[in-house]
Amino acid sequence: MSNYISHDHEHDGIDRRGFLKCMAWAGTGVLWTISGGVLVSKTLAEVAKAGSSLHTATDLSFLQISDSHIGFNKAANKDVTETFKIALDRINAMPTPPSFLIHTGDITQLSKPEEFDTFDQILKSCRNKDVFYVPGEHDVLNDGGKMYRERYLKNVQGKGSGWYSFNKNGVHFIGLVNVLDLEAGGLGQLGDDQLEWLEDDVKGLSADTPIVVFAHIPLWTVYPQWGWGTSDSERALGYLKRFGSVTVLNGHIHQVLQKVEGNVTFHTAMSTAFPQPAPGTAASPGPLNVPAEKLRSMLGLTSVQYKQGKTGLAVVDSTLS
Amino acid sequence: MNTFTTKIMIAALLCGISGFSVLAVAGEMTDTGSTGAGQSKIEIKDFAFIPQTITVKSGQRITWINHDEEPHTVVSVEKQFKKSPALDTDQEFTVVAGSPGTYSYFCSVHPKMMGTIVVKE
Repeated sequence: MSNYISHDHEHDGIDRRGFLKCMAWAGTGVLWTISGGVLVSKTLAEVAKAGSSLHTATDLSFLQISDSHIGFNKAANKDVTETFKIALDRINAMPTPPSFLIHTGDITQLSKPEEFDTFDQILKSCRNKDVFYVPGEHDVLNDGGKMYRERYLKNVQGKGSGWYSFNKNGVHFIGLVNVLDLEAGGLGQLGDDQLEWLEDDVKGLSADTPIVVFAHIPLWTVYPQWGWGTSDSERALGYLKRFGSVTVLNGHIHQVLQKVEGNVTFHTAMSTAFPQPAPGTAASPGPLNVPAEKLRSMLGLTSVQYKQGKTGLAVVDSTLS
Repeated sequence: MNTFTTKIMIAALLCGISGFSVLAVAGEMTDTGSTGAGQSKIEIKDFAFIPQTITVKSGQRITWINHDEEPHTVVSVEKQFKKSPALDTDQEFTVVAGSPGTYSYFCSVHPKMMGTIVVKE
């Protein structure tokens, strides 16, 4: 498949020229190179050149999909089920299947049972049956997330409003909920109970355990004027400070943004439904209308790869165009 | 709140019967497009309540209408009136102003969105 990205940061970095080329190619779809072995990324074109051998060297790969917004039918994308299907087609066409998927919230537009049903129905076409979820605010609109927890968090035995952790190939994954019980005037919020659980959850782990945290709203302050941040994320990150590699994967803002702070790499994924404006570039963060032929270049998914014994994880975005 | 309770509440507020002051503003869903004397509209647009502060008389109806393509809610900060369901595009939510005072509310989906209702005699 020509439209998928993969890479191995330990073997092959990317120089400035390559980076600029990536930017020209993808528009929004790339990515960043971090020296010091934390994170590197490549474009589809580079991966195509390198061949699929890169996949085989990887011990664990998983995919992040986000912000499906099933039920949305406005001008920004009249057919969000179609673009969601395309994203799944891309996953199905990968030469090496990902171990599992992570969905970082906003499955639906309005938390309606029929929207969840449609999502579940379409997801059946995906060869990956192992999916880990965290809710977005659109999934918990009317019932505090009860329906969502029953549908998507039963297997993981989510605590409190649904947070949980699990281990895969030596990587510790933590799914957090920051879209419930929000305070007037505030941002996303984790709350004391969840933070205490987190502190306890990572207590026994050695500092060289790679950590992947996933939650809907960014766990760093992207743009507080639009509510793009989590008020108590600092405390959460404090508990993770001692770890050598922390990768934070978020959704919510429907565009790729990234930031590195010490050993922590923050990354937001594209939506499969519609783009949103870059921070502060519009009157509001509402759906961004783009020409039809441009839409798929602003939607996408994120691939993450981890190789045992290496410090960093590779995070790579690819568009649906 | 069911319709019966709401009607009692409105009647109580209009007649000035005491004993209903706990719920200062009674929440009620209405059909879209309903208008009438003593009604105030609050537009929801670009993730903001417009006007942000509204002054009404006790007993007056206040209706929010969502013009965004994003769902919003109307939630009393101090839980002084029943919260709205998620309002999709063009959906409305109406409450009846209760006792005089200042009532802060926000959108629980986008908590940066805040507004104030000032109720006068």
